[in-house]
Amino acid sequence: MKSYAFRKFKDKLFFFLSLGCVLVALAPLASILLEVIVRGAPQLSIQFLTQPAGVIGSSAGGVGPAIEGTLILIALTSLIGIPLGIMSGIYLAEYGNNKYATLMRMFNNVLTEFPSIVVGLTVFIVVVLSIGHFSPIAGAIALSFILIPVVARTTEESLKLVPNSVREASLALGVNRWRTILSVVLPSAKGGLVTGTLLAVARIAGETAPLIMTVLGNQNFFQGFSQPMDALPLRIWRDALLPYPEFQAQGWGAALILILIVLGINIGVRWVSTRLGG
Amino acid sequence: MNQNKSADNVFKILVAVLAASALIILLITGYTLLSGSLPVLERFGLSFFTGTQWNPVEGREVFGALPYLLGTLVTSAIALLIGVPLSLGIAIFLVEMAPRAVRVPVSYFVDILAAVPSVIYGLWGLFVLRYWLVDYIETPLSTYLGWIPVFSGTPYGLDVFTAGVILAIMIIPTISSVSREVIKAVPNSIREGAYSIGATRWEVIRNWVLSYGKSGLFGAVILGLGRAIGETMAVTMVIGNTVGPAAIPTSLFKGSQTMSSLIANGFLEATPASLELPAYIGVGLLLLLLSLSINVLAEIMVSRVLKVKGGAVE
Repeated sequence: MKSYAFRKFKDKLFFFLSLGCVLVALAPLASILLEVIVRGAPQLSIQFLTQPAGVIGSSAGGVGPAIEGTLILIALTSLIGIPLGIMSGIYLAEYGNNKYATLMRMFNNVLTEFPSIVVGLTVFIVVVLSIGHFSPIAGAIALSFILIPVVARTTEESLKLVPNSVREASLALGVNRWRTILSVVLPSAKGGLVTGTLLAVARIAGETAPLIMTVLGNQNFFQGFSQPMDALPLRIWRDALLPYPEFQAQGWGAALILILIVLGINIGVRWVSTRLGG
Repeated sequence: MNQNKSADNVFKILVAVLAASALIILLITGYTLLSGSLPVLERFGLSFFTGTQWNPVEGREVFGALPYLLGTLVTSAIALLIGVPLSLGIAIFLVEMAPRAVRVPVSYFVDILAAVPSVIYGLWGLFVLRYWLVDYIETPLSTYLGWIPVFSGTPYGLDVFTAGVILAIMIIPTISSVSREVIKAVPNSIREGAYSIGATRWEVIRNWVLSYGKSGLFGAVILGLGRAIGETMAVTMVIGNTVGPAAIPTSLFKGSQTMSSLIANGFLEATPASLELPAYIGVGLLLLLLSLSINVLAEIMVSRVLKVKGGAVE
């Protein structure tokens, strides 16, 4: 039997090791935020936010088309993905006590962890090759493949938190089951539903890999649904790999905007939901 | 009344069909990638998976996916070696040790770490982490241990090691949050029993809590592995992107390529009518199969453990 003092020492040692793990893991987050702010903030100006990319050698120009493209993608993807995800989640929560639902739930979870580049490849073959050109629609389809399972899961989880008495009260009043779900259960689960959906949208706003082979990227503003389009993550990727400092600097500026959008949604949503829930 | 019933049925069937969206997407993906890569699979057969050459020149084309498969496996293994101990440390700290005032903000920051887009990890890896790793880790290791093959080569920062470190950072939120759930699911009676026979906190964690949650923790690790394998942008930006036999990850300080980075880099330059496009799709298929089998495994392990929680604790 080892001495008590030694065991006590080991206990302390592992406490500090665990604390160390936390510090080591959070250091990159601090560094990323710091670098993005320090290198990106000097780029910010009205011109940077509204102008298309400049020519090589000049620091004029901006990421206007990329911001516009990301907003268009977010809107289109939400339009396709959110209704499908919510409907799918309704089944899993309200009718989901059977083998079929268990299986669908598993596929849903598997799709959540899917490599996004594989989704890009698929949509490239199915959509881009068959319509013959890169398109914002193809990008939105690829992103909604990523959005649907996340929204479905979050819908299921929020609906399950609604007490059964709410459903029973509505059914007892003679309301149909489908009306009960849509006008009573869904509104009661609003808080969790909105939070989860916004977090999912924030996640797809930063996706890059599926966009490479669906919207491609563009120097200009939106040119219609049959033309390639720019997006912030694509702009960051392209700018970072160019050997020109002024473009790399623009990449950091674009990263700052993207991180403001993504973390803004994240922090905002969490803040509001703890306020309302707490 | 009858009309009501049928409206209910229509709604139920509608949502039941939509609940299959994930399955339908998976089926479309599988079918598309399989049929898209068929020309290459027919032409090269098994050698597509075991070959190391990648030559798209017409008439002399030969495609082998082995180096990129190895690249994916090696970078993911490095990510696990670094990421798993850190994630378990975080999970243990948050569940077993930290007071509430520390636990809440730390879990919050770990969640934020998961929300940072992958391309920003790549940007940071390319311009910040890379130089840091070269100066403080790669150069000392290669100077003093350069005679060991895995540490050979000139540290440049765009290599297997940097890719592994970036992946480790990216999978920490996944592994630590699932482990946290698993550790939380260990019944308190187990802890109380162990404390009552005089175990210290660390002994309780190591001998009881961790061993009770073993299979769930294993599932968490597998889930992290699945994420590392599919990750694209951050790796693409720091791995050096070599092609062909040069991409075989023989040393930590050497450029390589993963399956996903190969596709992200080369796909757009592929000549449409050639065999090169099917070759990239074939690599995508391989990536799909690998990720699918890992995620199904993780899914089964984690859900089994957290289901026990639902029945036994609550």
